[in-house]
Amino acid sequence: MYRIEKTAETADNIFEFWIHAPHVARHARAGQFLVLRIDEHGERIPLTISATDGDSVRVVFMAVGKTTTQLAAMSPGESIRDVVGPLGRPSEIRKWGTCVVIGGGVGIACTPIIARELKEAGNTVIGIIGARNAGFLLLEDEMRETCDELVVCTDDGSKGFHGFPADILKERLSTQTIDAIWIIGPAIMMKITSGVSRPFGIKTFVSLNPIMVDGTGMCGSCRVTVGGETRFACVDGPEFDAHEVDFDELMQRQRIYGDSERRALEHYHEHQCRCGGEGHE
Amino acid sequence: MSKRPADERLRDFGEVDLGLSEEEAVVEAQRCLQCKKPACVGGCPVCIDIPGFIAAVAERDFRRAAAILRDQNMLPAICGRVCPQESQCEGVCILGIKSEPVCIGALERFVADWERAQGIIPPAVAPPTGKRVAIIGSGPAGITAAAECARAGHAVTIFESLHEAGGVLTYGIPAFRLPKDIVAGEIEEVLALGADLHLNHLVGRSVPVEDILAYDAVFLATGAGLPFFMGIVGEQLGGVYSANEFLTRVNLMHADRFPEFDTPIVRGSRVAVVGGGNVAMDSARVARRLGAKVYLIYRRREDDFPARHAEVANAREEGVEFLCCANPVRILGGPAVTGIECVRMEMQDPDMSGRPTPVPVEGSAFTLDVDVVIEAIGQGPNPLLVSLIPGLIRGKKGNVVVDEDGATSVPRVYAGGDVATGAATVIWAMGAAKQAARSINAMLEKS
Repeated sequence: MYRIEKTAETADNIFEFWIHAPHVARHARAGQFLVLRIDEHGERIPLTISATDGDSVRVVFMAVGKTTTQLAAMSPGESIRDVVGPLGRPSEIRKWGTCVVIGGGVGIACTPIIARELKEAGNTVIGIIGARNAGFLLLEDEMRETCDELVVCTDDGSKGFHGFPADILKERLSTQTIDAIWIIGPAIMMKITSGVSRPFGIKTFVSLNPIMVDGTGMCGSCRVTVGGETRFACVDGPEFDAHEVDFDELMQRQRIYGDSERRALEHYHEHQCRCGGEGHE
Repeated sequence: MSKRPADERLRDFGEVDLGLSEEEAVVEAQRCLQCKKPACVGGCPVCIDIPGFIAAVAERDFRRAAAILRDQNMLPAICGRVCPQESQCEGVCILGIKSEPVCIGALERFVADWERAQGIIPPAVAPPTGKRVAIIGSGPAGITAAAECARAGHAVTIFESLHEAGGVLTYGIPAFRLPKDIVAGEIEEVLALGADLHLNHLVGRSVPVEDILAYDAVFLATGAGLPFFMGIVGEQLGGVYSANEFLTRVNLMHADRFPEFDTPIVRGSRVAVVGGGNVAMDSARVARRLGAKVYLIYRRREDDFPARHAEVANAREEGVEFLCCANPVRILGGPAVTGIECVRMEMQDPDMSGRPTPVPVEGSAFTLDVDVVIEAIGQGPNPLLVSLIPGLIRGKKGNVVVDEDGATSVPRVYAGGDVATGAATVIWAMGAAKQAARSINAMLEKS
């Protein structure tokens, strides 16, 4: 069992959890993820590791499906049945020169750890974070502290630049030398944003988030097409060369269980009502 | 051994074979000739004293029978169910020449189940040696080696990446063939010998390789968990599964009980399973229990199925439709599967394995309307950990190369089971694990 140590709703429906999991926290590197299962009836879901502190690991998630909704309702002191990790290959951290680390939406949560490791490797790091509005600019202070420069954008112009990270990236690419780019966010955002760097031929990494079961290369649920080849995001990724990824296929595969996910959430809410709001056993 | 009727067993995941009654077991045991030079023992990868335990059954001394089994095999209730006895002990039984061989597997199962019901008396454990052994993987090979090393008095730690122990016994083989309480029970017995189990620990990630190499001995039993795909068009469509994924969703995650359990599965109304091995039969029979009409597509003839005959017969009784001498070329649909296009195959000269070489027949394409495709065409060793160990020599197919003692190219590191042989059987993995464990024990005794 893995104890939840701290929880916070950092933006509307977005939650930040610290979980005590020494075997994960002690060995986690930027870019890696964990898989958790809340209880005996739970499914295994992957969450990217957002930070570590001693024996604890931070994850940030939006409560959208059954599992994330159930998780969001948990409190410090309660325990998660299973946590395995760190999984996947770490980010390709080395001295690139000038790096841009871009986060979109909940994906912002995974950028400070990458930015920090890039800084420690001697890179100049420019951060770009974008969200719907000012309220969703997660971990802005943390990114500002870590990066040499941070650009903030919002879709509605409520803070920083009125527009998307892709716009900022485009402008930077035409005015300065950039050696490597990381983009973490929803698949559609990663597709569009990485499209900007393609003509410049600059190494661009994206962190893919397909559906997984075991997370250790055993089932093939997370298969993605990269450079025309089938790769498993859980062991070959989750970071891949953005310009080789088939994003349309990824998005299609992410929707396979759409109906089931809705049913699971309905079942969860019904069950919760029946037993007086105590949640799933 | 009696079986539940097909229409009844399709309604649940309960065990199909009902096993022998006490009377049946004794009568069956009395058929054994008690050969002076028993061929059956030579046919057993873990060298059980088969005539010995059968004689005990014939005398109704089931406790002695159980002790004889357990001396060579810590997983008798599992082996009694899933070993391919017909090509091992029973395949060489002298009685088989003129009539039916002794049902050794059914007798093993009977004794193991009797023992479990009466309470198991664990084998003796040597005093602690102070030596530490790391076992990577808790499948049949890992559990067997853990038992052997623990009995020798070593401090054994088993690392398992999933949230349950058992490896393929847990995620792969369905409950109707191997009930999960049996697997859990046999693993408990091994842990009772003093072995420690760490779930949710992926060695190479949660535990650094250096930490593992600091043990006095290491046994790699990470199995053949990497699923192969055919590489045909349409494999990325929704509803296409590797057998590993399909079986894991049901056996480990209980997707058959969604939404009571959270993991979903595309059940399908018409399912195509590709392959002819035991994993293909398991997948087809699970799909039948989820309510689908099931086609099993195999590129050779029915006689060439690598699956056990009994499992082929079970699948047929349960209504799985075999389409032999056919091979998929394309999966149709988008975003979900709507069909599978196949071609007929013609059998030509035998290949290296002695089986006929299937060759596509031109102009023979046909389409099946299906909404789920399950590929059960084999799996290879998971490369994750083995690629992280410096100096570990691997074969062309990614398997860890071992000598006859189970030793790898790295000192103090041994390997066995599917990670060394490629996908094989539970009992071969156990046989290799016993050999490696003996080598480890001998090495640690000397050092």
